[in-house]
Amino acid sequence: MSEEKLGFFERLKNGLTKTRNNIVSSIDSVFNGFKTIDDDFYEELEEILVMGDIGIKAAEQIIMELKKEVKQRHIKEPVDCRDILIDSIKEQMKVNQDAYAFENVTSVVLVVGVNGVGKTTTIGKLASIYKSQGKKVLIAAADTFRAAASEQLEEWAKRAEVDIITGKEGSDPASVIFDAVNAAKARKIDILLCDTAGRLHNKKNLMEELKKIGRIIEREFPEAHKESLVVLDGATGQNALMQAREFKNATDITGIVLTKMDGTAKGGIAVAIQSELQVPVKYIGVGEKINDLQKFDPNDFVDALFDRSHEKE
Amino acid sequence: MAFESLTDKLQSVFKNLRNKGRLTEEDVKAALKEVKMALLEADVNFKVVKQFVKTVEERAIGQDVMNGLNPGQMVVKIVNEELTALMGSETTEIAFQPGKAITVIMMCGLQGAGKTTTTAKIAGKLKLKGKKSLLVACDVYRPAAIKQLQINGEKQDVEVFAIPDSKEPVRIAKEAVAYAEKNGYNIVILDTAGRLHIDEDMMQELQNIKENVTVHQTLLVVDAMTGQDAVNIAKEFNEKIGLDGVVLTKMDGDSRGGAALSVKAVTGKPILYIGMGEKLSDLEQFYPDRMAGRILGMGDVLSLIEKVQADVDVDKEKQMAAKLKKGKFDFEDYLESMNQMKKMGGLASILGMMPGMGSKMGDIESMVDEKQLKRMEAIVLSMTPAERQNPKLLNPGRKHRIARGAGVDISVVNRFIKQFEQSQKMMKQLPGMMGGIGKKGRGGFPGRLNFPF
Ligand SMILES: Nc1nc2c(ncn2[C@@H]2O[C@H](COP(=O)(O)OP(=O)(O)O)[C@@H](O)[C@H]2O)c(=O)[nH]1
Ligand SMILES: [Mg+2]
Repeated sequence: MSEEKLGFFERLKNGLTKTRNNIVSSIDSVFNGFKTIDDDFYEELEEILVMGDIGIKAAEQIIMELKKEVKQRHIKEPVDCRDILIDSIKEQMKVNQDAYAFENVTSVVLVVGVNGVGKTTTIGKLASIYKSQGKKVLIAAADTFRAAASEQLEEWAKRAEVDIITGKEGSDPASVIFDAVNAAKARKIDILLCDTAGRLHNKKNLMEELKKIGRIIEREFPEAHKESLVVLDGATGQNALMQAREFKNATDITGIVLTKMDGTAKGGIAVAIQSELQVPVKYIGVGEKINDLQKFDPNDFVDALFDRSHEKE
Repeated sequence: MAFESLTDKLQSVFKNLRNKGRLTEEDVKAALKEVKMALLEADVNFKVVKQFVKTVEERAIGQDVMNGLNPGQMVVKIVNEELTALMGSETTEIAFQPGKAITVIMMCGLQGAGKTTTTAKIAGKLKLKGKKSLLVACDVYRPAAIKQLQINGEKQDVEVFAIPDSKEPVRIAKEAVAYAEKNGYNIVILDTAGRLHIDEDMMQELQNIKENVTVHQTLLVVDAMTGQDAVNIAKEFNEKIGLDGVVLTKMDGDSRGGAALSVKAVTGKPILYIGMGEKLSDLEQFYPDRMAGRILGMGDVLSLIEKVQADVDVDKEKQMAAKLKKGKFDFEDYLESMNQMKKMGGLASILGMMPGMGSKMGDIESMVDEKQLKRMEAIVLSMTPAERQNPKLLNPGRKHRIARGAGVDISVVNRFIKQFEQSQKMMKQLPGMMGGIGKKGRGGFPGRLNFPF
């Protein structure tokens, strides 16, 4: 367990190197460059947060929080603002204890998101994790739209050594889900992972299709726990918020998977989404290999983001 | 609504200002503060925004406010001009090699940007121009990437070159070009694997391809939803690989697409195409001025007018508008308007250009069911000319005949006619909607921007 954690921390840190340097250096320059805590200081801070893709609304909230604290605690030095800022972001990113409860009961996990964010890859990675925990895993390939989508997922199923239910290209995704759910019940599967076609959240008919899939799962397998994960590309800007909102409307999102965090994107959108929708980030994708998926740890995340690890000892 | 439009914001900023002769520093700064926020909300990179706002500020302060505009509108006019200039002043095409020579195009970009789909889309576009393309599967990493390209190639009726058991993109590219030379192709499009701009090995791979085959056009495929990181991505690809152009994908979403501006600002390379959907025909030319409008959140009134002007027979349009106003719109007119609409690229694409409609595109698209429209057309076509001109003739007997003719249920015919009557009534109440558009289209109005405030 601690090995896994270390791996995660290292990976995340490696992935976030550029991020961390950017944010830390600019944040430090703000902390050190200002003599007093004034409007200019706050403005500059807000801009830095915006630059990290945190989004103007969340940035403003964070600054507001900071201002309150500064006033209450009679803080005078800009440098002292740093810890407060980090703590407030950590607080916002906290994941509830029961966030992963679904992993230990019979669950149907529906994975949704816009095109190309990493849904299929995430399913492959999740399958591998659960399989290695000794669970009985089944994959449903309900992306019947994109060319070669099921071949892609079949390869992942092979890698993870789990079973897969597929449908023909162009067939009704709901019928694939129907088949898969019934197979899951018959085979006494622990976790059924459902891949879906990428869809832009502003396409009403495609979002309706998701609702239909949700209803089928509900109807066919009422006794199973329903987990709905929206996959968001870590490099996405403000639009990720709208994605999260719309997918939440359609399928009652229970968690977020933030992918491609091995890039230079700052992933600040995760903070924005937490603060606006209170949907926790549960997993983070840090590469294209089967092991490149980790549980999201807000402390590690924020620590890596601001690199305070050396101050801890 | 996700974003309060810039228009709305500026309206409240300038509530109390009336026409003043000249833009004061105060006016400009107040307006630009909102502009800056709008650009940031649109995901334009912060540094790009800062530079941009500075440029506009310098140009705007002290400028005369044009007749008929208020200071806020004047600032937006300048902002729009500068933004359009920055986006690239005109539409750019892929540069082809002269004569029969092969043009080699290499697609590159991050994972999931949409390279494979875009590759097939471009091949389709070029086919219309009489080019013979060979698509080359150089993504040897992602599971089923080759298969995906093959299926897409088949759909486009374009050949795909792949060496299924090879893990060497350089070799595949080389052999593909040789194959293309031998077999009379004039375009080779290399679909490469998605890669992170900081992945040294993978970036080296693209350099190796370029060292081993002559690549004439290197295109970066960028997801329109990309945030602040777009500058880093574009900068790295441009510096390490060298870019000639950019394709912006997933523009049918509701992102404001500020990444377009960031990418253009750091690379200086033109945006050639935009991806507008998952269908292989959903690739469109890039218009810098439209993009400027979208990023600013000002809708795209101008493009609408241009489109209407270019595609619609103005006289017929005027006649129809007059009929509409009087509620004299009959089924003949319905058919005619359907044809006009088809010429303009469908109702959805027109409505999408209306201010404030951009983000509702998805809704509209799903509302406008093409199949449904076809069915309606079949119904009208099953009517006699007399019936089309005089809907009152439609008694139950005639309706049954029409239903049989159109191959639909009688209830469908009844519903359609009822809806038609309702919209006739509605049209009467609309004050010259379509006529207005026609007029503006021909008149050409000052400042290129239609200010909705
Ligand atoms: N670097 C990186 N690439 C990823 C990650 N997750 C997925 N990808 C890549 O992103 C691309 C799109 O992934 P895919 O699973 O097909 O996306 P989907 O369309 O949402 O199913 C593929 O090339 C994946 O290898 C990640 O965490 N990091
Ligand atoms: Mg997929």
